[in-house]
Amino acid sequence: MIHTRALTRDFGTKSGTVQAVRGLDLDVGAGELVALLGPNGAGKSTTLRMLTTLLPPTSGGATVAGRDVVADPAGVRRRIGFVGQGHGAGFDQLARDELVTQGRCYGLGRAEARRRAEALLTELELDGAADRESVRLSGGQRRRLDIAMGLIHRPDLLFLDEPSTGLDPHSRANLWSHVLRMRAEHGTTVVLTTHYLDEADAVAERVVVIDHGRVIADGTPDELKGKVSGDLVSLTTATADAARAAAEAAGRLPGTTAVETDGTEVRLRVPRGDAVLPELLRALDAAGAPLTGVRVQRPTLDDVFLTLTGRSLREGAE
Amino acid sequence: MNTLRDTWIVYARQMRPTLRRPVVTALYSMLQPVLYLVLFAPLLTGMPGAMGEDPWQWFVPGMLAMLSLFTTAYAGFGLLPEVRSGAHERLLATPVSRSALLLGRVLRDITVMLVQALVIVAAMLPFGLRPSPVGVLAALVLLAVLGVGLGTLSYLFALVVKVEYLFAALLQAVTMPLILLSGVLLPMDLAPGWLYALSRANPVSHVVDAERALFAGDLTDPSVAVGTAVAVVLAVVALVLGTRTMRRLA
Repeated sequence: MIHTRALTRDFGTKSGTVQAVRGLDLDVGAGELVALLGPNGAGKSTTLRMLTTLLPPTSGGATVAGRDVVADPAGVRRRIGFVGQGHGAGFDQLARDELVTQGRCYGLGRAEARRRAEALLTELELDGAADRESVRLSGGQRRRLDIAMGLIHRPDLLFLDEPSTGLDPHSRANLWSHVLRMRAEHGTTVVLTTHYLDEADAVAERVVVIDHGRVIADGTPDELKGKVSGDLVSLTTATADAARAAAEAAGRLPGTTAVETDGTEVRLRVPRGDAVLPELLRALDAAGAPLTGVRVQRPTLDDVFLTLTGRSLREGAE
Repeated sequence: MNTLRDTWIVYARQMRPTLRRPVVTALYSMLQPVLYLVLFAPLLTGMPGAMGEDPWQWFVPGMLAMLSLFTTAYAGFGLLPEVRSGAHERLLATPVSRSALLLGRVLRDITVMLVQALVIVAAMLPFGLRPSPVGVLAALVLLAVLGVGLGTLSYLFALVVKVEYLFAALLQAVTMPLILLSGVLLPMDLAPGWLYALSRANPVSHVVDAERALFAGDLTDPSVAVGTAVAVVLAVVALVLGTRTMRRLA
């Protein structure tokens, strides 16, 4: 559905040329649900804008839905849906009107555009908002209207740029249930960008981690987490002496790595932390290092990013 | 290929908010010419001879040119919020024709402007305005052509400048000289030689001359041909530049 080859985009700034996207190679098959994950400024949106023909590449190329983005941008546009970072409806336009206009822009006849608009308004729970100007809609309603506009022509491929930014958790969940249902019904390929770790983790079947305009990791959320050496086990002790003893005892267990002591806290990495825990507790008891608390955490995508770049994704996000 | 259909779609989209509040929209850019008609034009009746035998016949066509200038030159302001919000980008991501995105907007502005012009002409009839009916019709067509040129340039500048405060400053810097050098308020024949020469370089002044001839019913007056030629050239140049910019920015 998407093939990019050395896709590159430079921007001229006062301090010289900035490479926003550097030689990106990406293949997305039909029916995939892919999240492009990375901090702000990583090049996610620039990539999406090139794939949706809103921005010409500086070099390299891409075919999207079987059409070349440079040679046949109109062909690409006809085959894709795009939900941008901003709100797509004009502030003084009625929700229903914008939806019908959007359908007409994709070549639908008036009656068909109206029929699909009504169906989408109902499916996306926008019936009550249909006759309101977009400026009077709530944030969640606006975003659902954006999604409806991205879907009215039933594209094979839907791009979503930061679809849930600014939404409360309830609206986010609601939005995703709609997108996922539509995908299940029509087999739509979905490519989204996000800097929400939990969103990429929960929704995407494949996560492409982008940093400084390059792909630095690509796989299912579980595969990516596998790159981090094990679960994080945090032990709390009563005294610093006990912590040192605990660290020593824990370090002797097979498989433990990255043992760190911080005051009365000990942190270490171990594969299958849940399975190791009983043995670990016995070893610590035997070493005379009583614990006041213990916690096992599965790796998060942030751990993946941290392992790959030495930086936390949370610092990059606002 | 589908530019005509697409232009209609964009035009219909732009017309919808206008039709929901027709009065507010119509009054929005009509205020300036109307104020001139009410608070300035009466001065002219106290200057017998300067404007020919009928001051209204002389003054009203100029006000219509001013109306065309204000309604269309400020049209770019309507696009800027959509550029910022993402609505313009959303339309750019659809397969709709690039030129249609521009033309549909310009045609909406022309529609509003023509309605305003008709209202002004009708309102002036009880005060003694007696224009040639055929002339008025031709004058409105000429105004529309001028509006296409100015409106397209306005959107073009808006897309390049992108922020309201710069756009407002730019408009002020462009529209004020165009109005002052167009002879809509006082005859440019009264001007010193250098000022008159400057006014001849102003496309609007030629259109104003043509409008006056048309209102008087002198359809064969040379100024009609000159004014029409100037307006057509301006419109064609603006449309070529505008569609090219739309393609490049897309």
